[in-house]
Amino acid sequence: MLQRVFPVALILAVAGFVVAPFLIAGAPYESTMGLVQKIFYYHAPSGMMMFLGAFVSGTASAIYLMKGRPGADRLAAGAAELTVLFGLIVLTTGPLWARKAWGVWWQWDARLTSSLLVWLMFTSYLLVRKYGGPGSDKLAAAVALFGMANVPFVYISVNVWRTLHPKTTVIPSLVPGMRGPFWFATATFLCLFLALLAVRVRLGERQAQLDDLYRAVDDDALEEE
Amino acid sequence: MFARTAWLVFRKDVTVEVRSRETIATTLFFALSAVLVFAFALVKEGRVVADAAAGILWIAIAFSATLALGRTFERERYGDTLRALMLAPADRPAIYVGKLAGVFALVVAAEMALVPLVAFLFGAALLQRPVLLTGLLLAGTLGFLAVGTLFAAMLARARSRDVLLPVLLYPVTIPVIIAGVRGTVALASPAPDEAMALFWLTLLLFFDVVFVTLALWTFEPLMTD
Repeated sequence: MLQRVFPVALILAVAGFVVAPFLIAGAPYESTMGLVQKIFYYHAPSGMMMFLGAFVSGTASAIYLMKGRPGADRLAAGAAELTVLFGLIVLTTGPLWARKAWGVWWQWDARLTSSLLVWLMFTSYLLVRKYGGPGSDKLAAAVALFGMANVPFVYISVNVWRTLHPKTTVIPSLVPGMRGPFWFATATFLCLFLALLAVRVRLGERQAQLDDLYRAVDDDALEEE
Repeated sequence: MFARTAWLVFRKDVTVEVRSRETIATTLFFALSAVLVFAFALVKEGRVVADAAAGILWIAIAFSATLALGRTFERERYGDTLRALMLAPADRPAIYVGKLAGVFALVVAAEMALVPLVAFLFGAALLQRPVLLTGLLLAGTLGFLAVGTLFAAMLARARSRDVLLPVLLYPVTIPVIIAGVRGTVALASPAPDEAMALFWLTLLLFFDVVFVTLALWTFEPLMTD
C-alpha cells in the first residue's frame, strides 16, 4: 500500500514545497511578531508529523510484539527515524522563533519540554537498534510502545509543571489569510512524511531480502563442503 | 501457581541479597556519593538552593535504582541462571513480578536510609506529611522499577547494556521524576500543599497501573527468542 502511495506523495510534496513559500509570503503579517511568525508554517506541521511518527511507530511496534510480523518492525523503525528527523526540525525552528518572540533560545515550557522528551525516547529507540546487538529489534519495539504509552503522562506532568507556549488552540483561531497557507504546509509535510516512510520501509524490505540471499549462499557453501 | 512462582523468585533474590549484602551496600554508598556531588553543586555560601532537597532525593533514588537494576540481572547473567529461569516451566509474567518485587524491596530499603539522610543534610522538612510522602515514594519507585525491570531483563543479553539501560529508562520515566519531585516539594514547603501532592500521587498511580500492565503483557514475547 505504502509503495503505491510513494510516487504520488513525492510529487505532491515537491510541488507543495515549491508553492508553499509563495503562499506563506502572501499570508498576512502577525500584528505583534511580524516576520518571525512565518516560521510557524514549518514548525507546527513538523511537530504534527513528529507526533504522527511516534504514534505510527508505537502502534506498529505493538503489532510486531503481538504478531511477530517483520513488516510491522520495518514500519516502526522507519516511523521512528522520521519522528527523530521531524523532531530535529521542531527543536531547531522552535528556538529560532523563541529567541525573537520570548527573547531567549530555550524556555522550560510545557510543550518544548514534552517535545524534547518524545524526541529523546525515539532517539533512544534508534540507539538500541544500532548498538543493542542481536535481538535488539524486540527490545526497541518495547521502547517505542512504552514511549507511545508515555506521551499522555509526559503531556500532563509537564503541563502542570510549566506552561508558556502558545496553546494549540491558536490554530482554529488563526485569521483566514493564515489558515490557508498553514493547512497547505501541513498537507505538504504529510506528503513528505509518507514519501519518506514509504522509501524507508522499501529499503528495509530490500535489506531483509539481501540478508536472506546471503544466508542462502552461506548454507549452499556449507553443503558443498 | 502464579503467586508461588513470583514468591519463589522474590525469595531467592532477597536471600541472595541478605547473605551477600552486595547490592544494598554498593547502592547506598553510591546514593550517598551522588548526594554529596549535588551538595557541592547546589549549596551556595552555606545555603541550599530552594527546593533542592526534593530534587536531590529523587535523582539519588533514580541513579541508585538504575544501579540496583543492572546488578540484579548482571548477577543472573554471570551465573548463567537467567537462561535457567527462562527455561523453567513457569509463567513468564510471574518471573517478572518476582524480579520486580525483589528490586522494589531493595530500593525501598535504600530509601529508608536516604530520606532521613537528605532531610538531615539539607535541613529539609521532608517528614511533615509522612503518609503522603511514603505514598509518593512507593508509587514512584514502583513506576520507575516497573519499566526498569522489563528493560534490564531485555538488556541482560544485549551488547553495551550498562550504558543502554539509563539511556532507555530515563526518558520514559521522566513523568515519575517530575511527579515525585513536584509532589515532594509540595509536601516539604512551609505550608504543605496536600491537594497538589495528591494530584501527583494519583498521576503516579495511573503510571504504575499502565506500565505494570504493559510490562506484564510484553514480558512474554520479549523474553522469547
